[in-house]
Order: sequence, then structure tokens, then C-alpha cells
Amino acid sequence: MRHTRWLAVASPIAFLLVWEGLSRSGILDARFVPAPSEIARTLGAMTRSGVLPHHVGISVRRILLGFLAGSVPAVAVGLLMGMSRPVRAALMPLVAAIYPIPKIAIYPLVIFYLGIGEASKVSIVALSIFFLVLLNTMAGVLGLDRAYFNIARAYGAGTLGTFTTIAFPGALPAIFTGLKLGMGFALIVIVGAELLGSDAGIGHLIWQSYQIFAVAAMFAGLLVTAVLGWLATIALDWLERRALPWRA
Amino acid sequence: MTPAPAVIPAAPPGQARIAVAGLSKSYPGAHGPLLALDDVTFDVGEGEFVACIGPSGCGKTTLLHILAGLMPPTSGMVRMPSPGPGRLPAAVVFQGISTLPWFTVLQNVEYGLRLMGVPRQERRERALDHIRRVGLLPFRDAFPPHLSEGMRQRVSIARALATDPQILLMDEPFANLDAQNRLLLQEELLRIWADSRKTVLFVTHSLDEAIRLSDRVLVMSAAPGRILMEVQIPLPRPRDFGTLRQDPRYGELSAALWDVLREEVLKGREHG
Repeated sequence: MRHTRWLAVASPIAFLLVWEGLSRSGILDARFVPAPSEIARTLGAMTRSGVLPHHVGISVRRILLGFLAGSVPAVAVGLLMGMSRPVRAALMPLVAAIYPIPKIAIYPLVIFYLGIGEASKVSIVALSIFFLVLLNTMAGVLGLDRAYFNIARAYGAGTLGTFTTIAFPGALPAIFTGLKLGMGFALIVIVGAELLGSDAGIGHLIWQSYQIFAVAAMFAGLLVTAVLGWLATIALDWLERRALPWRA
Repeated sequence: MTPAPAVIPAAPPGQARIAVAGLSKSYPGAHGPLLALDDVTFDVGEGEFVACIGPSGCGKTTLLHILAGLMPPTSGMVRMPSPGPGRLPAAVVFQGISTLPWFTVLQNVEYGLRLMGVPRQERRERALDHIRRVGLLPFRDAFPPHLSEGMRQRVSIARALATDPQILLMDEPFANLDAQNRLLLQEELLRIWADSRKTVLFVTHSLDEAIRLSDRVLVMSAAPGRILMEVQIPLPRPRDFGTLRQDPRYGELSAALWDVLREEVLKGREHG
């Protein structure tokens, strides 16, 4: 047990050390694969100059807004689909048809409709998580034991009461599963969208660095994306624990 | 199809009781309708504790769900008391999953009151009062998944009683408890019942439970469920389970009921 934990720390350090050594000794061409120390230096410089915080801030804002714009209607529609068979029958074919389309493929169309500005970035994030959260919410409601609905009805709950006291809290664990899955997709899609057509954001930073052959800066962009994903997972885990105290 | 069945909500004033006449229920099945309840007729008087006993799958739960308004009967008449302000005509204690895991004990007990629109302050006081009666005051902010099955059923009983119902419908509420906890909760239920003297219909498949708790036992047949017989339980109250068992009438009642029930259980096994 202690052995494996030690290994988990040692292996990334060893990896970085070997990389550093290979790069310094010239076995790896430092122009193509800069040493970790060089990447760290670039990261520091970009942070001090304000370039990195600027781009990261823009990407984070797009993800947050997109998350809100996507998940709120997704939960509402997902609950409706879970509770009502006719609504489910009417919407399921549409959802099933649109869900598998890679959302980045819709991006040119989104730009065409909404322009190159923030609206298109927020929309593509929203779109990329909408179906995931919707399907998870619906599955969450459908998976609820009938007994819960019986309790609600026996105590006189109407449709709205059943919605707020049974379907929503009952589906919340599944909703969080959807949000966590969605976070990964949101990162993929926002960085992709920024690569394709944008004047700011992490993706844009990576693309710009490529064009001026700033390889260390490209690596710095990747590193920041990884850290962002990690922080997002922690934030969602925290939120989940707060929202689902009965699951702890 | 027969015309819409009559569930007449209004009861004669001051007479909180259940009246069921000619009640039948059938479910659509692969080979035509399946009869679950067949011409069930009985009354439960004001303040009476009636147990309904029958083999598994005899339609006891169906009967209770019809009385609770969870499903319509196919034909026949059900008369339940009409609702009063801040008071439910009938509150149900369910079998198995009977609490909402995402609400605290307090929120669970407040649940019926909240749906009735009872003001926050009053609803809190009434809920806390009933949580105290079932001895769960220290656990009022706990969530049901962190409690034992027995505690969860106490929460469920408190929720039902907090709505000050005219009738308490109980669907094998202690079925998932071990034998000792079951005895404890039965004692507790009788103690609480002695205070409120609610009209109770208690569905169970346990003979002992039925005799210990009730004033009268309805014996149901194997599916389709019919009322085979009614037996008065003339044992004195308050009932102490220790001395009850030594009462010769207890053994006689138990034997008489088992005679009828045994055949039905065997019948149910042949068909099931």
C-alpha cells in the first residue's frame, strides 16, 4: 500500500527528470521538445506578463457561461422527459439523432449564425454538454423507484410538487454524473473552438504559439488545460458533496 | 369497460371511517384481465384498529393503494372521509421504501404538511412534536440512508401522524424489520395509537402482528382477494405482549385464523 503510493509520486518525477536530461544532453532536440525547466520558465514569464491569465480567464468564463446555459435547460427538459411518457416519445428521436454528432463539427454553423464573438463560444460549450446532462437527468428520473412517486401522490403532491420534491432531488446524483462527463467534453470543445476561430482563449494561445514556433508556450498551454480540467473536477466533486449530503 | 367507478369522498359528518362495498380491481394481462380484488366489502369504524391479513400476492397492497387514492378501482364503491383544513383524510405508511432519502428526518416528517400548504412555523412545530413522540428528536437533521430500517419506519409513522389524518393506512410497515425490532415498533405503534385513537387499517401477512395490534382481523383469500372472514380480537388493552402470549384466547385466535389462512397460502402457492 505505502509502496504503491510512493510509486505514484515517483513515476511522474522520474519521467520529468529523464525528459530534462534527454533534452539538456541534446538527445532530444530542444527546439522541438523543450526541457520541463524551460516550459516552467515560459509558464512563469507568461503568467507575469498577464498573457496567460488573460487567455485562461476568457476560456474559463466561456466554460462557466456555457455550462450554465447548457445544463439548466438540459435538467429541465430531462426531468420532463423522465416524468412524462408522451414528452419522452416526442423528443427522444430528436435527441438520439443530434446527440452523437461531434459538437465541434457544428461549430462552423454556430459561427455562421452567431458570429465569431463570445456568443458562439458559449453556445458551443452549452451544446456540447446539453445532451449529456439531458440524457443523464432523464435516466436518473426513470431509475427512481416508483415507491417515491407513490409517497408523493399519497401525500397529495401535484405535478409541480412531484417535480420539485421527487424527480429533481432524486435525479440529482445522475445530473452530477452528466455534469462531470460534460466537463471533459466542454474542455475539448472550447479549446477546439478557440483553435478554429477565435482571438483569445487557451486554444487560441496554443495556435498562436504554433504559428510563431514558440514550442515551450504550446506546452505551457497544454499544461494549463490539464490543470484546468483537474480543478474543474475538484470543484464539481465539492459541489456534489454539498448538494448530496444524504449520499455521503 | 364499466363506467367510471365511484370513489365518493364525502363521509357523514363526524364519522371518520372507511366504507368499502363490492370493490373489484383487475389489471390488464397478456391473456385478458387479471382479477386482483374480487367483490371486497368491509367497514372500518371510527377509532377502530383493523388488520387485514392474507397470503402474499392476495391483493392487500392493491386494496390499500386504492384506499390511498393511488389507483382507481375497476368497480365498486369506496367511501373515505373528506379532507379538512390542515389535515389529510388518510395518511399512508408504506412498506420498504417509505422515506425520501434526500430529505432530512425533519423534512420527511414535514413533507405532508408542506404539500398541504401549512405555514412554515406551524409545520415545524407539528413535525418536531411527532418526531419527539417516535423518539427521533436527536436525529431530526439526519438523512434516512444513515438511519436503521426501524428508525426509517418511525420517521414514516411520524410523517403520517403529523398530517393529523382521519385514517391511518399501513402497508406491512414492519415487514423488513428483524423480529426483535418488529416487536418494539409494534409496542411503540400501540402506545402512539392509544394517544390518538386514529382509525387504522393495517395490512400484514403476519398472524401474530394482526392479533397483537388490532381490534378486528379481516382475512383475505388467495388471489383474487376476497374477504373470507372477520374475527374480533377481544383481548384487553393496553396490551402487554408478554402476558398476551399466555392468554389462552391468544392461542385460540391464532389457531382459528391459521386454519383459514393456511389453506389460502397453499392455494396461493399452487397458482404462484
